[in-house]
Amino acid sequence: MDQLENQVHPKILEALLNARNDYTLDDALENEMVLNMGPQHPATHGVLRLLLRLDGERIIGCVPDLGYLHRGYEKMAENMSYYEYIPHTDRLDYISPMANNVAWVLAVEKLAGIEAPKRAQYIRMMIAELARIASHLVAIGSFAMDVGALTIFLWTLREREKILDIWDILCGARFTNSYTRIGGVANDAQPEALAKAKWFIDQFEPNLAEVEQLINTNRIFIERVDGVGAISKEDAIDLGFCGPNLRACGVEFDLRRNVPYLCYNEIDFKIPTYTEGDCLARYFLRLDECRESAKIIKQVLEKMPQGPVHADMPKKVLPQKDEVYTKMEELIHDFMIVNFGINPPVGEIYHAIEGSKGELGFYLVSKGDGKPWKCKIRSPSFNNIQALPKLVIGHLISDVVAIIGSIDPIMGEADK
Amino acid sequence: MDLKTLIPQKLKEKFPTVDFEVSDYRDELTIKFDKKYIVEVCKFLKSDSELEFSLCSDITAIDWATRKNRFTVVYNIFSMKHNFRLRLKADVDEGDCKIDSVSSVWRAANWQERETYDMYGIKFNNHPDLRRMYMPEEFEYHPLRKDFPLMGIPGSLPLPKK
Repeated sequence: MDQLENQVHPKILEALLNARNDYTLDDALENEMVLNMGPQHPATHGVLRLLLRLDGERIIGCVPDLGYLHRGYEKMAENMSYYEYIPHTDRLDYISPMANNVAWVLAVEKLAGIEAPKRAQYIRMMIAELARIASHLVAIGSFAMDVGALTIFLWTLREREKILDIWDILCGARFTNSYTRIGGVANDAQPEALAKAKWFIDQFEPNLAEVEQLINTNRIFIERVDGVGAISKEDAIDLGFCGPNLRACGVEFDLRRNVPYLCYNEIDFKIPTYTEGDCLARYFLRLDECRESAKIIKQVLEKMPQGPVHADMPKKVLPQKDEVYTKMEELIHDFMIVNFGINPPVGEIYHAIEGSKGELGFYLVSKGDGKPWKCKIRSPSFNNIQALPKLVIGHLISDVVAIIGSIDPIMGEADK
Repeated sequence: MDLKTLIPQKLKEKFPTVDFEVSDYRDELTIKFDKKYIVEVCKFLKSDSELEFSLCSDITAIDWATRKNRFTVVYNIFSMKHNFRLRLKADVDEGDCKIDSVSSVWRAANWQERETYDMYGIKFNNHPDLRRMYMPEEFEYHPLRKDFPLMGIPGSLPLPKK
């Protein structure tokens, strides 16, 4: 025990040993053990650290320890302008940076009272859904890899590469995109990017079916995840589960439908739900969501109107560079926005979008300056990890790997 | 009836002695009241069959730096029944930096309160496991307070023991 206290902080150890559980031990000294899992562990998807209390190989207590990737993004937001913060949102959920960009600019637009033109909103919808597909593909692939089905990872990542190529054409970056701007997007979507998106959607469904075929008939995979990590509907809501994980428990809750933003109310799509709430349901749900997202993108591409991609509010929206170099007014506005910010009126707002992991929200408080007085990131992964102890208790160590993979936490977002 | 009038009305009926300050900005309803009543009000909002605020999205705080009541604790809650978002606020003074925990109402509040404690140093009474969320346990400061410098305090983060 003394040796243990040197490695594990006494307060964490105390929380672990006090963790409520329904198991009783006959002789605690003989068969109890504390296992440290992570932060450097390939199956914890980044730097998640779990302390597990074990009876044999069965888990009777679990305490997640976060903060290994804490970079203080909320503090940084208070010290930079609303525009400057856009690239930092890329680093939150680094698997779907586009969706974070969209969430941030929507929050700022709500605070400042800006409305982006229709075409910009459609482009944002397209990139947000592409981000969802990319994120779910990584989630499915790495989840399958965690439980031993290595091939899937290559197949899903191959599809994701194509999405990254679309982003490359759109904004010149594959990972950290920073494509959206307050009041619009950085540049209009090029015809090549839209054509590539259309091509991608057309070939995506058969490829996804192929992935599914490969894995759904794999008995080892199914038996490792079926019935593992189940959670009831009531527990899931109470513990703050969100996004695909919540829908896998039978709660039909999706912010795109329940609190529509952008132009989602003009699009026809289903919200897939499963009732089992276990790892297998979460995997199936992600597959279904990929298909629904593909359907949304198809409609978005058909309905996308022509027109400008920047709101016509020169004092709030950055002008285009070619105009800055040739026109006096635009140069002044550019100077003012870059140096003093957009100064939204005094007030506070909360805006959330359905990110790929769940409800991704920003709570902003403005005192009328160029910088936010307070910025709070409501990150879905953080809330999903909170339910992890509930999910793993009673299972084996090898199941923990499957459960972490199935709830798909991204530590960049959970640790901020 | 519109929820924006229904919720304040119901709260006033249920808690006649409490002073509710209702504001509406950009179509978002905010209700501010004394911190003493936070648990009772939350319990009522969650259990009332007409409201059912079953989801606790987020708990955070604001540091106003120079104001008399330095902190405001902010609760973002959501009713799945009505798809309605409500914000509750309660002022906390620096001298008495405590507020009751709502983790008995929503279990999701557990970590959200821990994070607020870590970042602002506001203690939550009756919290089951009030530890720091992100910073190491030995860390003395609360980084999101306005008096904490952006670059950090050199030497404040102890290196791990060998």
